[in-house]
Amino acid sequence: MSVETLKSRGPSTAAPASSDAIRPFRINFPDSALVDLRQRIEDTRWPDKETVTDASQGVPLALMQKLARYWATEYDWRKIEARLKALPNFITEIDGLDIHFIHVRSKHKGALPLIVTHGWPGSIIEQLKIIGPLTDPTAYGGRGEDAFDVVIPSMAGYGFSGRPASTGWGPERMARAWAVLMNRLGYSRYVAQGGDWGGLIVDQMGVQAPAGLLAIHTNFPGTVPADVLRALQLGGPTPSGLTADEKGAYDRLDFFFKHGLAPFLEMASRPQTLYGIADSPIGLAAWFLDHDDRSQELIARAFDGQSEGLTRDDVLDNITLAWLTNTAISSARLYWENKLDYLAPKNVAIPVAVSAFPDEVYTAPRSWAEQAYPNLIHYNRLATGGHFAAWEQPQLLVSELRTGFTSVR
Amino acid sequence: MTNATKERSRDGARQAGGSPEIRPFQITIPEADLTDLRRRIKATRWPEKETVSDDTQGVRLVTAQQLADYWATDYDWRKVEARLNAVPHFITAIDGLDIHFIYVKSKEENALPVIVTHGWPGSIVEQLKIIDPLTNPTAHGGSASDAFDVVIPSLPGYGFSGKPAAPGWDPPRIARAWATLMKRLGYTKYVAQGGDWGALITEQMGVQAAPGLLGIHTNLPFAVPAEISQALPGHKAPPGLSADENYAFERLDFFFSHGLAYAQEMGARPQTLYGIADSPVGLAAWFCDHDAKSLELKARVFDGKTEGLTRDDILDNITIAWLTNTAISGARLYWENKLPIFPPMGVAIPVAVSAFPDELYQLPRSWAERAYPKLIHYNRLDKGGHFAAWEQPELLVGDLRTGFKSLR
Repeated sequence: MSVETLKSRGPSTAAPASSDAIRPFRINFPDSALVDLRQRIEDTRWPDKETVTDASQGVPLALMQKLARYWATEYDWRKIEARLKALPNFITEIDGLDIHFIHVRSKHKGALPLIVTHGWPGSIIEQLKIIGPLTDPTAYGGRGEDAFDVVIPSMAGYGFSGRPASTGWGPERMARAWAVLMNRLGYSRYVAQGGDWGGLIVDQMGVQAPAGLLAIHTNFPGTVPADVLRALQLGGPTPSGLTADEKGAYDRLDFFFKHGLAPFLEMASRPQTLYGIADSPIGLAAWFLDHDDRSQELIARAFDGQSEGLTRDDVLDNITLAWLTNTAISSARLYWENKLDYLAPKNVAIPVAVSAFPDEVYTAPRSWAEQAYPNLIHYNRLATGGHFAAWEQPQLLVSELRTGFTSVR
Repeated sequence: MTNATKERSRDGARQAGGSPEIRPFQITIPEADLTDLRRRIKATRWPEKETVSDDTQGVRLVTAQQLADYWATDYDWRKVEARLNAVPHFITAIDGLDIHFIYVKSKEENALPVIVTHGWPGSIVEQLKIIDPLTNPTAHGGSASDAFDVVIPSLPGYGFSGKPAAPGWDPPRIARAWATLMKRLGYTKYVAQGGDWGALITEQMGVQAAPGLLGIHTNLPFAVPAEISQALPGHKAPPGLSADENYAFERLDFFFSHGLAYAQEMGARPQTLYGIADSPVGLAAWFCDHDAKSLELKARVFDGKTEGLTRDDILDNITIAWLTNTAISGARLYWENKLPIFPPMGVAIPVAVSAFPDELYQLPRSWAERAYPKLIHYNRLDKGGHFAAWEQPELLVGDLRTGFKSLR
């Protein structure tokens, strides 16, 4: 019986002799791993097609087969691997676990250190497009005064970070680990950014308010008022007195509660049952594509030839990283670990900047952001962009970070 | 039954619904399919183990690997294939879809016809152990007057039945198809039995009350009173419940709080589950994780402690779903269903109930009496769980004989 025959995970997750050391990390997957992946995709045993003509039963067969064809033939992992290798990658042990991160220091003096956290189904790949504009703004139409040093960790159980062997690695623990990381890198003043799980984590950093954390930015803020949450959980009735923006947010959330929760409920209760997404590349890909309706539509358009924000390679870079590192289930376990409400305000008293994108799971209205964040230093409602802001709309997000954090420099 | 052509149907081809003629059917899986299955199991790419020491994150790695080890080496599909082929199988097109069924007539006179419906993750293998005791009672400690003719269909999208190509095959439609089937077989008087989806469908048959349906038996009754359903989201039992009612409330609370996710995923996104169509171990784990008690039972079985189910039983069922590529077509039934779980449906015809202790909830007699105005039999058993016919065939057969006696 073959257990894990491919050593695909860089350094081991065992504790090194000097625990605080920051070690360079080398990314290099053997050809055999890529050949194996291609063979598995080509060997996919397909189900029959959905009985509907839309995505209401899940990811349509035609889309998955288009994805499979491209993934097994034209897609080239070595391209993204080269881009990753061109960046400084490191590993350090924090709280008993190896944490991988990219760390790019700006050449500009006074650059503001920033730690950026991805979500699910995500990875550090989501943030690659913002590194240059953030650290080297003058090469991207910006000013030297807007420069950032950028730290981009892989969450526990994701990508190149270690996979926890025991329970406890929820968002609060990661928030503490990120503060440790920034200290270890020598930063005594810094800011934090995140969306999806990254949004929950930066909110927790805001709650923990470690010395040095000046402010946070989120594109997935926790702002939903208690009475609205109750109505959503009960399936109605719509709370009265909502403004147009609030009603829009309520409607999108209502849709999500009624139609979009199922994969998260499964991951939150039975992550270990998901052997199908660990063993089947197409199983993994479909599971990742089904995060939310708007993202899936965007990805479907990319595979139909209309790239906007995300290319086919972008989508497959992220899925392939999860495949090669065998983190499908360890990443799902974060849902099982989490005890926090995803959407409720968390009592963040430090300065907060919010960007509300139109195709996010819900577009937080200014009124809710003001109620949730007493120290709201920036709020913007964008015209374009969805759940994977840094990935789909890097220029917009970078601009938001420059503007949002100006006042804390 | 005029046409003696034997039909082989398996794998992914959708059937547009052949002839309403009742055609004999034999199961012959090509050796290449079995070799392919074994190869895939051996090539499983395993995740790391769970971070807990129990089932609270799902099917433990040790269980999945014990299952895979046995499945890829000692397990022999041909054994259950032979057992299946030892009984008569047929296919007939009903309402545009090929429906497969086992059909065994008793040699006894005045045998009562019964149509027995499986559920998810199930198949006709769940009912194999009850066929002979029902049709041939004198060989199993029963009397000739307790004989049944037995009809065991595969649900649409499951096993050897066709896979619907369009939406609409919901439980009420399946119930109507079953009434058509019994009529087509020439029965003017019959009963129906089911658990899991089979129970919901059997109760729908009760609601539809086709002429000829004398009564039904269920081992997963839809009989939760309204005030209990309303109290469940608050996790607090209403005051004044008896011990049996409190136990049922706790079990229901557990199920609705912790045990529903797989059903919600299949109900919302069945087509996303490519992982269970492409990965045999993925399918096996998904099937083993139906409910906490069944998973515990199956884990014990793969650890060497047979009780009710053997390793072969469990793998027979999973292997049928694999070989017929019905993981996703089977999941689509959850998407199709609009009926709530478990409020009463208003069944006014005679109902017999068996309440097993490890079922999702063990129905108290008081609730059965409220839900079924014509409750003709209620039995509260000491052992047995969700897959009654499969785990405890003698107990279930005993209840069917007793339960339906008054209708003969």
